[in-house]
Amino acid sequence: MIESPSITPPQAAVPRGATLRSGLQANPLLAVGGALVLLIVLVAIFAPLLAPWAGDAGTATHPFDVLHAPSASHLFGTDQVGRDILSRVLFGARVSPLIAAVVLVIACAVGVPLGVVAGFAGGWVDEAIMRVTDVFLAFPPLLLALALAAVLPASLTSVTIAIAATWWPWYTRLIRGQAASVAGRPYVEACRALGISRLRIIFRHILPNSVTPLLVQVSLDVGGVILTASALSFLGLGAQDPVPDWGLMIAEGQSYFTPDWWLVTFPGLAILLTAFAFNLLGDGLRDLLDPKRSFLR
Amino acid sequence: MPPLLQICDLTVRFGPVQAVDGVSLKVAAGPFGLGLVGESGSGKSTIGRAILRLVPSSSGRIMFDGREVSSLRGAALKAYRRDAQIVFQDPDNSLDPRMRIGTTIAEALHAHRIVPRQGTSERVGELLAETGLDAAFAERYPHQLSGGQRQRVAIARALSLQPRLLVLDEPTSALDVRTQARILKLIARLRSERNLSYLLITHNFGVVSELCEKTAVLYLGRVAEVGPTDVLLGAPAHPYTVALRSAVPEVEVAGRRSRIVLPGDPPDAANPPSGCVFHPRCPLAIARCHTEPPVLRSVGPGHQAACHRAEDVLAGVPMPTHRRPARASRARTGQPRAGQAL
Amino acid sequence: MTGRLAISDLEISFGSRRVVAITDLLLDHGEIVGLAGESGSGKSMTTLAVLGLAHTVGATVSGSIKLDGQELTGLAPEALREIRGRRIAAIFQSPSTAFSPVYRVGSVLTKAVRLHGATKSEAADRAAEAMRQVLLSPDLMRRYPSQLSGGQLQRVAIAVAVALRAEILLADEPTSALDVTVQAEVLDLLRELRDSSGMSILFISHDLAVVAELCDRVAVMRQGLIVEQGPASQVLSAPADPYTAELLESVPKLASTQ
Repeated sequence: MIESPSITPPQAAVPRGATLRSGLQANPLLAVGGALVLLIVLVAIFAPLLAPWAGDAGTATHPFDVLHAPSASHLFGTDQVGRDILSRVLFGARVSPLIAAVVLVIACAVGVPLGVVAGFAGGWVDEAIMRVTDVFLAFPPLLLALALAAVLPASLTSVTIAIAATWWPWYTRLIRGQAASVAGRPYVEACRALGISRLRIIFRHILPNSVTPLLVQVSLDVGGVILTASALSFLGLGAQDPVPDWGLMIAEGQSYFTPDWWLVTFPGLAILLTAFAFNLLGDGLRDLLDPKRSFLR
Repeated sequence: MPPLLQICDLTVRFGPVQAVDGVSLKVAAGPFGLGLVGESGSGKSTIGRAILRLVPSSSGRIMFDGREVSSLRGAALKAYRRDAQIVFQDPDNSLDPRMRIGTTIAEALHAHRIVPRQGTSERVGELLAETGLDAAFAERYPHQLSGGQRQRVAIARALSLQPRLLVLDEPTSALDVRTQARILKLIARLRSERNLSYLLITHNFGVVSELCEKTAVLYLGRVAEVGPTDVLLGAPAHPYTVALRSAVPEVEVAGRRSRIVLPGDPPDAANPPSGCVFHPRCPLAIARCHTEPPVLRSVGPGHQAACHRAEDVLAGVPMPTHRRPARASRARTGQPRAGQAL
Repeated sequence: MTGRLAISDLEISFGSRRVVAITDLLLDHGEIVGLAGESGSGKSMTTLAVLGLAHTVGATVSGSIKLDGQELTGLAPEALREIRGRRIAAIFQSPSTAFSPVYRVGSVLTKAVRLHGATKSEAADRAAEAMRQVLLSPDLMRRYPSQLSGGQLQRVAIAVAVALRAEILLADEPTSALDVTVQAEVLDLLRELRDSSGMSILFISHDLAVVAELCDRVAVMRQGLIVEQGPASQVLSAPADPYTAELLESVPKLASTQ
């Protein structure tokens, strides 16, 4: 007697690709977060067109328009050398998210393979990798990044390298736990029994089943990296003037804070909004990928 | 004719625990079924995994078709995978939740280059049909299937490599009773269609009674008794077999027989008792049992038992049963009654 | 006479989806009644409803559940708490998850007794006495759940019911996760309890053989309905309903009998 699939639960066969749309509809956090992130990306791309004083993001200065409060011609006011803050904030969207992207790509590229190998292999390989990871994790991240950034010439590249170097161990530890858990599951044991190669098991079974918490963590970390990069720039270790890095703008504007509040506030809000957008995206992704929702498992 | 699978003095050690301690068994060429019956800690699952080289054996020999497989590696080990396969107990977790059924089955086919890419979906359809599932299931995800259907997929996947030996580790324990019956029927059909030999690991005597010519009863990593299934059930030679058999509830004889209740709990595998490992719970234990581990010896044609008093058991020496039969009167005084105030 | 549970016209629903519809089920004083069925038949939901806990999983209950004539549905939470545990006790399938791993099992036992009105020394005595009644040494009370086997834990769970002098015990698949020899002991224990203290037991199981061994009467459930009910010896040897017959047919039979 052949069983036909009509006995299966109400969900019909899942057509490939159609699930993302329905997932978005069911998930407002993801939709809002995604929309905001998209907005930030668009701002970054179209900054030259959107900024009223595009040159101010570069080397232009206006000595006669110094420290003007927000007005019609300068919506966010001007800074201590007369540059339009709105334009600099808009151009800043090119700087911070890009740093975050590069940092996270590097951190994943280093951390994930190490974590997968450690979790799957177990034994001394696991021990060796995790002890190295532990050494890195023993340092407070900001302190380590600071130390690294301080020995490198002050620039955005240095900041990127420094933060990436402190960020990868967290992913190794996260992935290693997941990979170890997946490696113990019956379907992985079944693959071994069937003679499927270890490499294939890692790529087709361990990785896809371990990566969900990583995706969520990465989205949430974008905000964290931006804040860390801003902190380093604030301390003078990262971007140098005239790069419109938000953290640097806050650093430069802090001595003017009373009474010229706009130098610090608008870049600060930009950081806040960006971190918030990615946090929402991360939360939405977590809900979407929750197996109980079952669309994309 | 040499046995298809033979294990000799197999031991498997996990740290301080001796999960399998000197087990020797034979599985004949197909069609044939050997049942492995035991409770938790008996080592039955570990034996199945050791045969499939999923856990390393500490010592002893595992011989498939006359050749030693316990130390195979690389390509030779991969080739062995085509001879012996396994179906696990848990249908919910033996399939990757992120892969479609068809891909899961095809993975094994491709790993051994059994079919070219073009012929894959056809072959997958054939395998599904063989286990009673429509080819349309290939496009589904595991969570869209019922437990019984998932177990059929696991069987189809194991059979895709055309193994001559199939280890079935409690294949129906996690399933509803009607689904269990259907899966057991499937196994019986596959056995005759494919001339299959299998090692059926279970705690259920009814299952081995239906599907296995021979059965071995395991206790704490050792064979207590092995022999033709009907002999084992009808005229056991080991007190544990008798007690186990007596403990199994049955619909037909319910309430009409008294039961042997083994005192205490199954022993700690890390700290096995001295002498015969069963002696602390054995209703027939004598002084010798405390010090001298019994050897598995012949007690009849094709029938072996590891017990100093096997002859007594065979002769039907009475074993102390529980103090009351299955149903009793309710009159009893002196005990606190239900509903009384605290 | 205590320990009489009468269920009539019970309906349990999730929104508009009805999952249980029992017209009539009776557990009399000192009886062991089996509720048999496959997964999804609604047996566990029925247990939750009797305990007044169906709402915790989002289900709504209508109909009547009477304990010794007292209506339980619609009872205020405080009143239900008095009854739950004290008059109706429950044990479930997984003994290891029934106990919090950070407390010694003895403390759970004594706390339960104290919660229902006993003093500290009385509770300690009752607890030790209950342990002995389930054939466990009171010394085991000092152990943590991880230090006890499945069978021992299940017996401690039964000891809680004994210590509270519960009139009714709801046992939801209490032996499904246990080895067969351990299961035999637990079943024996349940029979012993009924015989010595008159406790009524509603025994839920998918295993017809266990139901046959233990229960006086059995009700077979399928998709929320009771398809057949009656004395166990009758229903399980000469079933009137084809579903019951199919279930019995599916149980693997031992070819040789002893």
